[in-house]
Amino acid sequence: MTNTSILSVESVCKEFRRQQVLTDISFEVPERAITAILGPSGEGKTTLLRLIAGFDRPTSGTLALRGKVVSSIDVHLPPEQRGVGIVPQDGALFPHLTVEENIAFGLPRNQYARVDEMLTLIGMTSQRNSRPAQLSGGQQQRVSLARALAPSPELILLDEPFSALDANMRASMRDEVTAIIRKTESTAIIVTHDQEEAMSISDRVVVLLSGTVAQFGSPQEIYENPRSSHVARFIGDANLLSAIVDKGRAFHAIGSSPCSSSAQRVIALVRPEHIRLAHDPQHGHAGVVESRSYFGHDGTLEIRLATGEIVTARLPISELADIGSTVFVASIETATILEN
Amino acid sequence: MTRPPLALVLPGLLAALTSIAPLAYLFDIASDRGLDFVWDEIWQQRTIELVARSLFLAASVSIVSVFISVPAAWLVTRGDIPFRSGWRVLLALPLAIPSYLAAFAWISWRPSLAGFTGAFVVLTLVTYPYVFLPVCAALSRLNPAIEEIAVIHGRGRSLQLILLAARQVRGSIATGALLVALYVLSDFGAVATMRYDAFTWVIYSSYRSGFNPSRAAILAIVLVLIALALLFGEKILRGQNESLLSARSVDANPRHRVSIKPVAIAFLSTIIVFALAFPIWRVVTWVYRYGSEDSMADIATALWHSVFFSGLAALATIQLALPIGILAGRYPSRSTTLLEQSTYVTHALPGIVIAISMVFLGVRLLEPIYLRTPLLVIAYVALFLPVAVGSIRSAAEQIPDSLDEVSRSLGLSQWGIVRRVTLPLLAPGLLSAGALVVLAGMKELPATMLLRPTGSETLATRLWTYTSVSDYAGAGPYALAIIVFVSIPTAIASRRL
Repeated sequence: MTNTSILSVESVCKEFRRQQVLTDISFEVPERAITAILGPSGEGKTTLLRLIAGFDRPTSGTLALRGKVVSSIDVHLPPEQRGVGIVPQDGALFPHLTVEENIAFGLPRNQYARVDEMLTLIGMTSQRNSRPAQLSGGQQQRVSLARALAPSPELILLDEPFSALDANMRASMRDEVTAIIRKTESTAIIVTHDQEEAMSISDRVVVLLSGTVAQFGSPQEIYENPRSSHVARFIGDANLLSAIVDKGRAFHAIGSSPCSSSAQRVIALVRPEHIRLAHDPQHGHAGVVESRSYFGHDGTLEIRLATGEIVTARLPISELADIGSTVFVASIETATILEN
Repeated sequence: MTRPPLALVLPGLLAALTSIAPLAYLFDIASDRGLDFVWDEIWQQRTIELVARSLFLAASVSIVSVFISVPAAWLVTRGDIPFRSGWRVLLALPLAIPSYLAAFAWISWRPSLAGFTGAFVVLTLVTYPYVFLPVCAALSRLNPAIEEIAVIHGRGRSLQLILLAARQVRGSIATGALLVALYVLSDFGAVATMRYDAFTWVIYSSYRSGFNPSRAAILAIVLVLIALALLFGEKILRGQNESLLSARSVDANPRHRVSIKPVAIAFLSTIIVFALAFPIWRVVTWVYRYGSEDSMADIATALWHSVFFSGLAALATIQLALPIGILAGRYPSRSTTLLEQSTYVTHALPGIVIAISMVFLGVRLLEPIYLRTPLLVIAYVALFLPVAVGSIRSAAEQIPDSLDEVSRSLGLSQWGIVRRVTLPLLAPGLLSAGALVVLAGMKELPATMLLRPTGSETLATRLWTYTSVSDYAGAGPYALAIIVFVSIPTAIASRRL
């Protein structure tokens, strides 16, 4: 991955009717990479996407495409001049045009070779004359992607592209779309509320919580070193235990970690898959099983500790203890310390 | 949020002007003799009686229409009667029968019907579908679980279920009833044939007498104000109505057992016999018994004139309605909504009002086109613009915003989007809106009567001329032609919309 940035977002704010939707958003989108904008519904993801596409103007801040300012207080390049492709949630194919005509829509006349190339890329050469109404949801989404990619845009934006598909379809479409984006060496931003989706397909994740960038980094960074308990809870399951700092170590209900914080009380993050059950009190902290859930490949236990805190442990089926039994809890990884 | 292209805004403003101008001119005529005269005219006893008579007729027709339509609508959407959808189509068809034709069928059979009784019977039979159709539509969107629960709790008698359903769709019933009232107030054909002194007939008479154009204009304005009030009420009710219905659309209407099926079938049959079979039977009898007084050539000429005038009107109406429809449907904002609403003003303008305001306009300002084709076409445009705008707007609204956004991201300008996306998607809607305008123009009576080019008779004016002297033999072929060429196509066209 190169470090050239295609899009830079700098201190962008957006208000709607005096209501702050986005506050001080800054991040960079590297070239030929997939960046996910991840956040719960209704927290400004789509607004951000619309600002990037040029459908709305930011209240303050700057957007630059390849170093050229496209949105700021006094600049606004309209969407038709940005060279940013979009793939909306529902695909939004033109119902009066065939697959072929849809793909050719943004191209200058008579670019048959490019249309053929795109049809081959999405594997739909035989359906070139079909109407959108005759296609399945997944096929529509592929045509929509091909249409956006056909004019070779600098950047393509995908707005929850898989959410309209049913669950079994979603995983295979996800792989396919990622493969197409990688193959064409495109730069893409995918908006999603599904953290598993964001983690699995993207190189970079922008975590958008309450209209601000809660964290920006690689999927692994964000999972392993969340910057706040908010992010930790949003990305995967998290046990957040209160911890007390003493002489450079933070002590919590099931162990201690090194800690450089000057605060007295901090939060220790222990992922459920990092919890094991010990056989005796020397190697673990006693707790009582409150509930258990069976998932087939593994299961989880909710365990009430002596401190009153409840931790979730993800365990092999053979280790799922009965409800009401006393177990000894230990962490196999050092807990991550969070200040808030 | 996006600015609409100027290429849409300018024609849109022009179209709105076309529909407002005649009204403005009416005010001018009315105040010719000063405002004191206006007040004196309005506060005369005969004017107040006229208002009372018209409102009484409108109220009676609306109420009876509700009592006919609600049970009928329930039976064809929820009852387990045979041929449900067939009944539904037949019950909607009387909408296509022109009121003057129905009125003549009745009065020629029983001349004693003249006056209130005749006007009431005829208008009820031609306008009840304005309640029937929206109630059917509302019932099909209604959550069926509520009725199923009533059945489970032992309240499954048909009458109980009808009352339960009626309470849930009361918004649609009320809007339908207001539409009926609006139609009754603006109808000319039935009250004229039945010689019932309602607004439109009195306006026409005082215009015809020629002494007092101001009185005709003043009465027209009073009528327009009443009609506007009804239209306003309908808009408010329509807004409230929506929340009552379930969001999901119900694919199959459940069938409830109808307690006394023979009574139900007899009820539906009676409506169809009176509203549909009777006028058709009368017309066919005339033609069969008396043959034709006029030559086939005369009839063909009248048909050609009908098609020609209304065809031109359709072209002009679509031209003007298209920009407003697209503006209101694709670029909703306070100003485009205002633009659209301004065309609705004419919706409250009865044909006779448009007709005489066009006459005044023609005599005073547009002398060169008075009693020529262009003025008649302008009157048709003013009359039918709301219908066309409405159907184009709703078609334009259904185009998802995301198509516009995708087009822009692919490099299209606003005008490019209208040309390559909006217009192609609207094409089928435009065709059917055009067809509806043609048919409505062919049926139209008062404006055609007053504004048609000298010597050009249409089907409707021929029929009117013969019926006003009770000449059945002369009227027969024209009445039959209207049924065959206008009513039946209208019914088909409006079903597809």
